[in-house]
Amino acid sequence: MTANAPGTVALMQGNEAIVRGAVEAGINFAASYPGSPSSQVLGMLGKIARERGFYAEWSANEVCALQACTGASLANGRALCVVKQNGLLCVADALHCAAQAGVKGGLVIVSSDDPSAHSSTNEFDSRWQAMSAGIPLLEPTTMQEAKDMIPYAFELSEQTGQMVLVRVTTRVCHGRGNVVLGPLPEKPRALERVKEWDRMVCVCYMHGPALQKLEELRRRFEQSPYNHYEGPEAPEKLIIAGGTGRLYGQEALRRLGREKETGFLSLGTLWPLPENYILKYLRTAKEVLILEEVDPFLEQAVQALAGREGLRIKFLGRASNAALPQVGELDPDVVTSAIARLTGAALPEKRPSSETELPVREMSFCAGCPHRATFYLLKRAMRQEKHPGVVVGDIGCYFMAGQSAGQYAWQTCNCMGSGVNVAEGLGQLTNYGLDQKVVTMCGDSTFFHSILPGLVNAVYHNANMLLIVLDNSATAMTGFQPHPGTGLTAMGDHVKPMDIPKILEAVGCQVEVADPFDVVEAEKTLRRLLDQPGMNVLIMRQPCATLMTKERSKKPVRVYVDQDVCIGDGCGCDKYCSRVWGCPGNTWDFKKNKALIDPVACVGCGVCAKLCPSGAIKVEGGEEA
Amino acid sequence: MKLKYDPLNIVVCGIGGQGNVLAAETLGSAMCDRGCRVAVGETYGASQRGGSVMSHVRVSETWDPSVLIPAGEAHIIIGFEPLETLRIARKYAGADTVTVYDPRPVYPLGVLQGVQTYPPLEELQAEIERLSTMALAIPAADIAMEAGDSRAANIALLGAFSTLPAAPLNGEDLEKILARRFKGAVLELNRRAFAMGREAARKGGAA
Repeated sequence: MTANAPGTVALMQGNEAIVRGAVEAGINFAASYPGSPSSQVLGMLGKIARERGFYAEWSANEVCALQACTGASLANGRALCVVKQNGLLCVADALHCAAQAGVKGGLVIVSSDDPSAHSSTNEFDSRWQAMSAGIPLLEPTTMQEAKDMIPYAFELSEQTGQMVLVRVTTRVCHGRGNVVLGPLPEKPRALERVKEWDRMVCVCYMHGPALQKLEELRRRFEQSPYNHYEGPEAPEKLIIAGGTGRLYGQEALRRLGREKETGFLSLGTLWPLPENYILKYLRTAKEVLILEEVDPFLEQAVQALAGREGLRIKFLGRASNAALPQVGELDPDVVTSAIARLTGAALPEKRPSSETELPVREMSFCAGCPHRATFYLLKRAMRQEKHPGVVVGDIGCYFMAGQSAGQYAWQTCNCMGSGVNVAEGLGQLTNYGLDQKVVTMCGDSTFFHSILPGLVNAVYHNANMLLIVLDNSATAMTGFQPHPGTGLTAMGDHVKPMDIPKILEAVGCQVEVADPFDVVEAEKTLRRLLDQPGMNVLIMRQPCATLMTKERSKKPVRVYVDQDVCIGDGCGCDKYCSRVWGCPGNTWDFKKNKALIDPVACVGCGVCAKLCPSGAIKVEGGEEA
Repeated sequence: MKLKYDPLNIVVCGIGGQGNVLAAETLGSAMCDRGCRVAVGETYGASQRGGSVMSHVRVSETWDPSVLIPAGEAHIIIGFEPLETLRIARKYAGADTVTVYDPRPVYPLGVLQGVQTYPPLEELQAEIERLSTMALAIPAADIAMEAGDSRAANIALLGAFSTLPAAPLNGEDLEKILARRFKGAVLELNRRAFAMGREAARKGGAA
């Protein structure tokens, strides 16, 4: 990643390519909050920051990250802010204000979208934020572009005094491809003392100059090396692609044998649109297919352009003539169908395969995950209430608690940090006749990210509710990044960890700590707090199972089923271990009709042994975790 | 070694946590070292969380492929679990597809809960064979446990894969990558699993 070997070809993940691009750009500062699919970027930057002479941090949230980058820019530093789609929405206010104020040192935001929500709760399109804030937008398609666009974006940012948004998608972030390395600068860009009359202020009269910057950017984009055209001089059928759809489209044209007669316009600069460059090919087109991820952003912008110029064109796209699905990511198959429709080519024949249904594989908490035990306890306690309580969810691995993995534990889930606020609303109404216990949850990383203001609000207004902090000592969902509670920083420094119980007590909550693996004691504590009025907090503390598995070479104990003791179907438990508990380690021996532990999946937490009514699950070799 | 197809398309599939991503990355790096253009697409939102996971590895000598393989265009399928192998074979197997897979079932939660049925293993295997020009069943998880750790199942399967006539690289190429990636006892474990996977494939697999 830091080899100064220009010309070398390496197989790089898109996220690695972004890191390499940042190093080649000589950044001074990088900040991020983890979010898939771009979580790896800041982690890698943190590891090489010292060697390359820049600063990198996992910020407490995305607002902290972007505003810290703005500070670095004021001192003429080059600053990189990395967020995922939801993170970009979190920083909307900061982004729009900073966009009017402008920048000094280059400021580049990489925002990763997750079409089809492979590792997200939903799909979003970051590109609207560029249009709304009035800042330039780039989107790479290949890993090479993912690297090259970062230094390009920094130069653009400094030349125009405006921050630049680089939008990437999962297939770029998590894909790998060949990348030719460029040279590394000797040292990062020189910082400059902030002068008395330096100003980065968001005030109304800066709106006009910000719009002028956009026009200047549009002129530059007319000549950008990231926009290309292939095909006939005056195409009648035209494909316009921004992002991953480009490679699917080019391959499909080749497979269908229509690459000669079809125009293919690839755009890497998506906002402001290089209008004249596009019009050159649009003017002769009768039919246009737009390939892009998530929303019809380009589609609407090109349609508006065509309308303004009085062009009569039939559009095909996500929102036009049902040429592409409106939901979900593009793939070679949907793109091939759309191109077959555009060009009139016949689709390749597909061999028919069997229609019999295959069982789906639902995601679940990992084997040995402490959350499984917490939600088991919560569900159990709530069922014993006179009126079942209401559980408000939040975002993290524990999102899965709304599915069978968590025994369908919760009723709502919105965005990070929403749980405490939704619960506060319900908790207030318990004084107005709502006769239910109100419970919500958050992870330890979410606690620092966005729970704190909600916590203050709930305590100050004395809501009746229980907040369960699922403290597994990690930002587990995105790959175990450090957060303020861990005592570690992105650059590997050991610092004083923030003490969650102390913070809670200082705010004025009733706090107790329990171990979800100690099911008997934890249940008692949980029930006690449920019966207590006011704002109560239960910290469920047990490290993430995957983190533990990574850290140790051997399983601590062997857990197995004594099939002579297991009563199988005859037991009143209704196959509790494999059917309800739902740990990947607990499977079923369909031949003998008895319970079975899968030795490959089991990590040896031993909790299931405590739940088996027959005592058939045994733990061998020392104390269970 | 000249590529039998250009681009050559390989799908690696299984369940989150089985080392699928590492296997795909290892293959991709080996082909990049050979001077090919490589694209690897990983669908791992469900990784570590027990969902279906697949990686696409595409290799070309002439152009940059996209990271996803079109339906019906896979030349090799490496499967870590029979149900997942069939799921992928149904979508991606084409005119000439070789499949190497572990026939050890891992039951989805829905099957254990009794709301879904896991098809009989013989039927799964028969359909995998019908969809493949050649299908090789390798008990990779068992081999890995015998070698010392179930986590080396991916490397055992790569060992079996490296013996296929359709494979774009041989055992030596892959062993070099292993030596670069792992050290000490883990390297030894992976070397054992790799050799045992090769041996199992030479004997024609378990099926």
